[in-house]
Amino acid sequence: MAVHEKITIAKAINASLRASMEADPKVLVMGEDVGKLGGVFRVTDGLQKDFGDERVIDTPLAESGIVGTAIGLALRGYRPVVEIQFDGFVFPAYDQIVTQLAKMHARALGKVKVPVVIRIPYAGGIGAVEHHSESPEALFAHVAGLKIVSPSNSSDAYWMLQQAIAGDDPVIYFEPKRRYHDKSRLDTESIPDPLHKARITRPGSDLTLAAYGPMVKVCEDVAKVAAEEGKSVEVVDLRSISPIDFDTVQSSVEKTGRLVVVHEAPVFFGSGAEIAARITERCFYHLEAPVLRVGGFHAPYPPSRLEDEYLPGLDRVLDAVDRALAY
Amino acid sequence: MTVEGTAERKTARDGSKRTTAKKATTKKASPSRARNSAGPDQAEQDELVQLLTPEGIRVEHPDYAIDLTAEELRGLYRDMVLTRRFDAEATTLQRQGELGLWASLLGQEAAQIGSGRALRDDDYVFPTYREHGVAWCRGVDPTNLLGMFRGVNHGGWDPNSNNFHLYTIVIGSQTLHATGYAMGVQKDGADSAVIAYFGDGASSQGDVAESFTFSAVYNAPVVFFCQNNQWAISERTEKQTRVPLYQRARGFGFPGVRVDGNDVLACLAVTKAALERARTGQGPMLIEAFTYRMGAHTTSDDPTRYRPDEETLAWEAKDPILRLRKYLEASGLVDDAYLAAIEEESDVLGKRVRDVVRAMPDPDHLAIFENVYADGHALVDEERAQFAAYQASFADADAAAEGN
Ligand SMILES: Cc1ncc(C[n+]2csc(CCOP(=O)(O)OP(=O)(O)O)c2C)c(N)n1
Repeated sequence: MAVHEKITIAKAINASLRASMEADPKVLVMGEDVGKLGGVFRVTDGLQKDFGDERVIDTPLAESGIVGTAIGLALRGYRPVVEIQFDGFVFPAYDQIVTQLAKMHARALGKVKVPVVIRIPYAGGIGAVEHHSESPEALFAHVAGLKIVSPSNSSDAYWMLQQAIAGDDPVIYFEPKRRYHDKSRLDTESIPDPLHKARITRPGSDLTLAAYGPMVKVCEDVAKVAAEEGKSVEVVDLRSISPIDFDTVQSSVEKTGRLVVVHEAPVFFGSGAEIAARITERCFYHLEAPVLRVGGFHAPYPPSRLEDEYLPGLDRVLDAVDRALAY
Repeated sequence: MTVEGTAERKTARDGSKRTTAKKATTKKASPSRARNSAGPDQAEQDELVQLLTPEGIRVEHPDYAIDLTAEELRGLYRDMVLTRRFDAEATTLQRQGELGLWASLLGQEAAQIGSGRALRDDDYVFPTYREHGVAWCRGVDPTNLLGMFRGVNHGGWDPNSNNFHLYTIVIGSQTLHATGYAMGVQKDGADSAVIAYFGDGASSQGDVAESFTFSAVYNAPVVFFCQNNQWAISERTEKQTRVPLYQRARGFGFPGVRVDGNDVLACLAVTKAALERARTGQGPMLIEAFTYRMGAHTTSDDPTRYRPDEETLAWEAKDPILRLRKYLEASGLVDDAYLAAIEEESDVLGKRVRDVVRAMPDPDHLAIFENVYADGHALVDEERAQFAAYQASFADADAAAEGN
């Protein structure tokens, strides 16, 4: 692989799994259809061919079983990287993740580690049927003991997964499935940012847009359109949802005085609420406008013919930008 | 066109008067119980209830006799042909961009029509997402099945108008709903039965194991109908189980039977027997219909990556429709004119499906907020109002632009 190559996020994740498996023989890949098929998104394509079915394991169709056995393997010194086929199918495993995986290290007084990484293709925008477009990150972020990240470009996808696998904590790695085939530069040489560090992907001075995963691109497009209208919008790619790098968001908001948080998940009790509350605490005297949130409605993810209405797009985010700037 | 077949169902029902059925099933149930306790597994593994060979030869089975009128036999044929046509039409519509996705039932017509025609009107069905043939038997307008695959709704029919629950995409969930529903039927003192459909892959889910536990413990009148089509997307049944699936039932305390899933007569006979067991208070039963998914898992899948062509070709020889046709022709029950009439009927169905799908409107934007709660919710009302105002602002802008 070239050092600076334009590559899709899906291929970057594949390369990342490959690199992790080469670096550490304890790394395993597990999930439904991850072997011959290479996963329904082909993210694990070719791994079983190269690493064998002892390390790339086609599991029975049982998510609780997949995560539960991954916990056991981790207790035995392995580093399982589990694939959940789609966001809506993580819930049979939710019990294992929430009641067991998240708490085991604390319950064992730090004596055991459960370095399980759970990869979940998540969020909408691909015209899928029910249960294939959910954004359940807040449901996991509320649980102490889990770390949650979501890359938005190929380099991050590549590095953040390796960092997650190398770390000793359980990590939920949310993959923005509608960006799987977006190409961006993969830099395999520079030292990557720490896993939980937010990054300013576009500087600006009038307003901060904070987003992660699939919404980063939307926010960058918004910033471009806003620039044409003479507004200077800064975009922060949070990258990590638990923990959140509030320092980076804070210094951005101290500069711009305005914050709009954007995510696909429903706004109500969502990650935007947490960010708004914290930044209001930290930046009360810097804020020129209330922190606004743009996200999904308090309604089930709609059938695909309505998802363009449901998902925050350019117009809805711009609308919030205008409202914030109008204060 | 409406889905016919009520007449056939009525005939079938009248043919199995409760008293005789009760006696018959008690008798039927005992040999399978004896088998279950007798034991050497190999004999059971080889056991496949069959009433019609792949060559279309009628054979008898000691436990599962069935006697159908010519009309009923022709009806099963018609059901299978029309269901296959509907399915083929939907696959084509997906290719043409009219549907976002389609899960084809190709190859599984006998399992679905056989079991579907065994049901009484007051029975209740909990399907997964591929039970288009069962839906047909229930009288659900097939075009209603397409809404969720087109992306205009998440269901598309009233489950209670046909006793056919909504399709369930999360694997295995519905088996518990079926069990709970059956527990309710039992509490009500009703004599209807419930049937839950699922795949061989689903058999690995905790929910399915829990539904077995509950149904056994409460002796719920539920029939578990597993269509073992050999594949769960790219994974063979061997990735889900080391024993034939029907044998699982024994460990939970109820009988299991493996039926030739490409033999519509056997599927009908075995399902009828299982339903009667349930109705007469003898509790759940597991049917494993041994069949094959001839096509891709869904239109998004590429089976060439994991499945050898020879396997698919070998199963083609067991085609459920061809098998019944050979029998009907050999017995002089159908002639060319009849077969031509069915072909014509399927053309009419095909055209109707195409027309209805193409004319299917996108839902109104505000449908997002409909039916989120039964008793309403202030936040939903607020978001609906905000969204409506936001949408209207575009209309206002458009109008202003036109005015300029
Ligand atoms: C809980 C859950 N996990 C994963 C999936 C994705 N998925 C959809 S169908 C399928 C295979 C199902 O196989 P099987 O139960 O044998 O039924 P079949 O499709 O073969 O009829 C999988 C893994 C899902 N829908 N639900």
